[in-house]
Amino acid sequence: MLLLGSGALKIGQAGEFDYSGSQALKALREEGIETVLLNPNIATVQTSEGVADKVYFLPVTPSMTERVIRKERPDGILLSFGGQTALNCGVELYNAGVLEKYGVEVLGTPVETIMDTEDRERFVERLDEIGVKTIRSYPAENIAEAEKAAEELGYPLIVRAAYALGGLGSGFTDNSEQLHEVCEKAFAFSKQVLVEKSLRGWKEIEYEVVRDHDNNCITVCNMENFDPLGIHTGESIVVAPSQTLSNKDFHFLRELAIRIVRHLGIVGECNVQFAYDPDSTDYRVIEVNARLSRSSALASKATGYPLAFVATKLGLGYGLAELKNSVTKTTPAFFEPALDYVVCKLPRWDLSKFRHVSRKIGSSMKSVGEVMSIGRSFEECLQKGLRMIGQGANGFTENKPTGTEDLEAALREPTDLRVFVLAEALQAGMSIERIYQLTKIDRWFLQKLESIIRTDKELRHHAGAGPLPAALLQKAKRQGFSDKQIAIATAQPESAVRTLRKQLGIVPMVKQIDTLAAEFPARTNYLYMTYNGTVSDRPAPTDAADSAPSIVVLGSGAYRIGSSVEFDWCSVTCMQEIRRQGYTGIMINYNPETVSTDYDMCDRLYFEELTLERVLDICETEQPKGVVVSVGGQIPNNLALPLMQAGIPVLGTSPQDIDRAEDRHKFSQIVDALGIGQPAWSELTTLQDVDAFIERVGYPVLVRPSYVLSGAAMNVCYDRRNLEHFLSLAAEVSEEHPVVISKFMTRCKEIEYDAVADGGKVIAYAISEHIEYAGVHSGDATIAFPSQKIYTATERKIRRDAEKIAQELHITGPFNIQFLAKENEVKVIECNLRASRSFPFVSKIMQINLGDLATKAMLGLRPAAADCDMKALPYVGVKASQFSFARLEDADPMLGVDMSSTGEAGCIGSTMSEALLKALLAVGYTIPKKRILISSGDALQKADLLQACRLIDENGYELYATKGTCKYLNDNGIRAKRVLWPSETETGGTASAGEESTPRALEMIQQREVEMVINIPKDFSEGELTNGYKIRRAAVDFNIPLFTNARLATAFIRAICRMKEDDLEVRTY
Amino acid sequence: MENGSEYKGQLFGWDAAAEGEAVFSTGMVGYPENLTDPSYAGQILCVTFPLVGNYGVPATDTDEQGISLNFESERIWARGLVISEYSEAYSHWDAVMSLDSWLQQQHIPAIYGIDTRALTQELREEGAMGAMIVPEGVEKNFPINNPNEENLIAQVSCKQVIRYKPKGGSAQPKVVCLVDCGVKHNILRCFVERGVEVVRVPWDYDFNTLQWDGLFVSNGPGNPAHAQATVEHLRKAMQGEKPIFGICMGNQLLARAAGAQTYKLKFGHRSHNQPVRMAGSKQCFITSQNHGYAVDNNTLGSDWEPWFENMNDGTNEGIRHKTKPFCSVQFHPEASSGPTDTGFLFDKFIESC
Repeated sequence: MLLLGSGALKIGQAGEFDYSGSQALKALREEGIETVLLNPNIATVQTSEGVADKVYFLPVTPSMTERVIRKERPDGILLSFGGQTALNCGVELYNAGVLEKYGVEVLGTPVETIMDTEDRERFVERLDEIGVKTIRSYPAENIAEAEKAAEELGYPLIVRAAYALGGLGSGFTDNSEQLHEVCEKAFAFSKQVLVEKSLRGWKEIEYEVVRDHDNNCITVCNMENFDPLGIHTGESIVVAPSQTLSNKDFHFLRELAIRIVRHLGIVGECNVQFAYDPDSTDYRVIEVNARLSRSSALASKATGYPLAFVATKLGLGYGLAELKNSVTKTTPAFFEPALDYVVCKLPRWDLSKFRHVSRKIGSSMKSVGEVMSIGRSFEECLQKGLRMIGQGANGFTENKPTGTEDLEAALREPTDLRVFVLAEALQAGMSIERIYQLTKIDRWFLQKLESIIRTDKELRHHAGAGPLPAALLQKAKRQGFSDKQIAIATAQPESAVRTLRKQLGIVPMVKQIDTLAAEFPARTNYLYMTYNGTVSDRPAPTDAADSAPSIVVLGSGAYRIGSSVEFDWCSVTCMQEIRRQGYTGIMINYNPETVSTDYDMCDRLYFEELTLERVLDICETEQPKGVVVSVGGQIPNNLALPLMQAGIPVLGTSPQDIDRAEDRHKFSQIVDALGIGQPAWSELTTLQDVDAFIERVGYPVLVRPSYVLSGAAMNVCYDRRNLEHFLSLAAEVSEEHPVVISKFMTRCKEIEYDAVADGGKVIAYAISEHIEYAGVHSGDATIAFPSQKIYTATERKIRRDAEKIAQELHITGPFNIQFLAKENEVKVIECNLRASRSFPFVSKIMQINLGDLATKAMLGLRPAAADCDMKALPYVGVKASQFSFARLEDADPMLGVDMSSTGEAGCIGSTMSEALLKALLAVGYTIPKKRILISSGDALQKADLLQACRLIDENGYELYATKGTCKYLNDNGIRAKRVLWPSETETGGTASAGEESTPRALEMIQQREVEMVINIPKDFSEGELTNGYKIRRAAVDFNIPLFTNARLATAFIRAICRMKEDDLEVRTY
Repeated sequence: MENGSEYKGQLFGWDAAAEGEAVFSTGMVGYPENLTDPSYAGQILCVTFPLVGNYGVPATDTDEQGISLNFESERIWARGLVISEYSEAYSHWDAVMSLDSWLQQQHIPAIYGIDTRALTQELREEGAMGAMIVPEGVEKNFPINNPNEENLIAQVSCKQVIRYKPKGGSAQPKVVCLVDCGVKHNILRCFVERGVEVVRVPWDYDFNTLQWDGLFVSNGPGNPAHAQATVEHLRKAMQGEKPIFGICMGNQLLARAAGAQTYKLKFGHRSHNQPVRMAGSKQCFITSQNHGYAVDNNTLGSDWEPWFENMNDGTNEGIRHKTKPFCSVQFHPEASSGPTDTGFLFDKFIESC
């Protein structure tokens, strides 16, 4: 069986498909079926050893898939576990007759049914057949047709691109001008757009439906969007089960969902989305997703019903009645979970990482991750969720002001701060009715929010007025207030609240998620905590696994820019090793998109907050032997010291040493003391000191505070004005830790050193190099492993420096150091005493699992050192970054010290060029056929690109270049045609009589006359809406591959001039 | 609770004590329907879903024939309600009052702030048992009178014959005689909306004296042993050939009339997610259920066979006669509250009439 994965994580298609794919492979393995996985996402759990029998790290494209099919000759293919990418790929293969040609059977839902759900016209027709109402939709293949539809329907309208994931290229329009704008973009993604009447303000309700070959159907879960229609479900808070539907509503829609699924002939799992009138029982079917989706992953986690696993089995021909409920293990899978708790999903945005981006949320998805919270009241659930988002919120109240001046406007036109604006509006006394009119959020939700505000006011009333009354404290905790939130409201330290609370016996209870609301006994290990209860569920330890000492692993929280599926791989790897060593493994995490929150990955899963308060609660209940803080990225890492101070045993490197590495000031001193090079740095106290420092080292300088993961508060400053501006922002980011500035080194190589140490001695390491020069965030850079172009002397020096650091910090466990190298000189720029983003990549390439080794070291098993000399490795791996700029309206798609990629792909090749080409194709680049547009920055950058341009020219491509670049190329004997900058006019007099008029760069992009764009921005400083920005943005909006880095562009061009797509080898390594 | 357990919470609804058999339901929606379902007569209902009251309570209006538009009977039959969180504020277009006001109107005490999961586990382990809602200052008073020893059916059944005209006004409608052991109004709706004339008779009425095309035995509360009169009348009807159909209590009474026995389940089936399979087929259905007693398959006579079985615990979910058009189901095809998957059983029955 061949399973198609979803590739690199991007907005609209994220970690949920690692979870569904892993479950599918598990189900197949259980049946003794040999599996082949095609997925270039090397950081996933599903591409790890022992999940699929064979893994191809190749782009999920029709041509690559066909080649894998030709080689592997699978009996069947699974298309519904790799998101829209896999589904689209499968449909193309089917239409091209490839599946038939090789006799490959599609398991589960037939392709014809998939096409019924994907093509709006067919979809409407099929639902008309059974009298089910859909949103009247007028297909248009050009603007004129769209205008005509608009005339018939009347504004407001929504325009959607057909066959696009997560609402890409969709938008609302209120007038003809906006219609043009939205259509233009949508046509870039699809040759067909759909013009529909907007039902903004209706409720959005989803049902997850499962159907088997025998026509037996169940709905596993329904979900209600907190935000009404008009805000993409990926952008909305979602509640399960629905909260404002009566029995009639609930079962009316459920019956419709089942009728639809039966009529379409789904086999497996699918999702039906409804728009539901808040004032009657009128409805429209929005869409049906005939595949596992973000919602199905959420529904699985929300109910404990393993949808992907069951869907796989149904695809193999099992009936629902033949399968068991995997929680009770005795009752059948044919049942509908009854929840005795409520679940909230909240989106996580990272819009502040982008320049120029619009922060409005709407019909197109922009969030990069999500969290799921569980509670027994909506207030408890929501407040937990808001903390889980990990952006500094203490809950619904007691947060930093959003700075919103016009609350009404902000409510009408929501941004990513929507929920906090609601809090401010309620706090300011705006009536629920008024808020409802502005937002159309159901009054029930608003009333619940108001009750949180009321409690907060009561708490504030008690500030400085003696100990809190037990009843008020109890109520606040039942509404999900954290100790910290209560502490802020009542002006006392957090620890005082915790102490009082425990004295009063107000402690959270542990409850199980058992799929049947306690109707049947279930030995489930899927747990959460709540204050809305008086008895804890967890049965006393009875069997051997339970009585073994336990170890807690702190997971990585919401996926966000900078921390994604790679940390889930680290967490899962660590957990597996812990269990192999005979410990009871306890996972704490709350990200529904992950494998680590699959309850059969550990002995006990707490779907809970990763706050000090909650981790302490869990440790007090579990009394673990130790806690692992070094495999889940920065969130657990930040808890190391406070946990230790609270008396919790932290495994691996001591929290004091972690702090010595985390605190840039302390770390720099250590590096100095060890005689290791580092860029000149200084701790910022006054502007005078800064001036003196910069006078010594010169601009540019890198400015950053301590405790950052992905450069959120880091910036390069090129002059004093720049610097002053940024410092005013940085001070707001962190007051607890000093801001450090350092000399920013240009044109340096950046080198990653990933390693495991035991008792201060390095036992395994991997050295990889960035293709881009330093200055591109390591999370955005393209990385080759093993390093291909580093001097032996440099490598030796890196190893020696790293060993010194490991010894000085007494490291036991995983760590990562980033180095700069220039002319054999090496400088340390960062050191993290935790697993890094590149751990899964290097582990899989060198086939030495750094995660296992690190865990063994932390468990005190003294693992033997591994042979990490990779010189003889007959292949090379390249990891490329996936960007989601297309979804982030107006964002400037340039790279800098702040990370902006949402995912990555890692591919393997016999040569550097092959691996690079595979990896770049896997993150959405395509090989240009004929025309390439170039506009480069300053003289140095032009020179950097010269060699590549010569290659382009020699290989028969046509080059188009903007004025300066064109002249430079021509002067150097390279053929290039001039194009006009967006701001340029023809009057320059360059076009002489008889010559064609000079084409405009933007038009060429808009008309897709070029197939690749290279635009090198001048520097990393704050840009305005420049010519360059317009070209970059147009390339993204019209879906044309864009390079903004000269070194990466050169490497790509070298690769495509050396080999064609067909030359890429299809093999496993 | 009868076993000495105590759960403390906040009183709402009617300010008085209540006593009854504590049972739990795992349905996540449907409190207006459940509370007015006569099958809950004598019981204190514990709802496992923690948030209750969200969508308020709809109007008590009835249609021109007296069938309630939104409820399952004219009043609340449950004796008390136990929940985790009461949603004081409610929001729904057809709501006219809060759950609290409605409970006050109907004189039904309720309590919130209870760990209903813990309570459910206790009921699951120890079985449904007598319980009291005890307001502050009131003395608890155990043991309570066991409602299963009362003839609850007689309490909830209609007192005289009522006729319902079919919707749509067919000239020659089929006539179904409905034996009211505590019928839910949605069963009435299911018949009249399908163009059937319904003659609703009290539980102990000798329907053999009337003219009808089909006989229907309704759901109802408590122990089927109390409905001996109905069983006797059924035995007589079964000598004939006319179609008979029953739901819930109807299933138990048909079984008893056929000579089979019924027994009390430990904690009953009260939920919207009970899976049943049609015997000898692969057809499975999610059903709504609300019963504390079940038919013992082993005691079914040779003329009868199990029709449906519960896929969770294997208990009987329906019986049918091998040759005659007599059948019944333990679950609720009329739903309300709950899933509507088995509504087709009404069509089949009406077709056979």
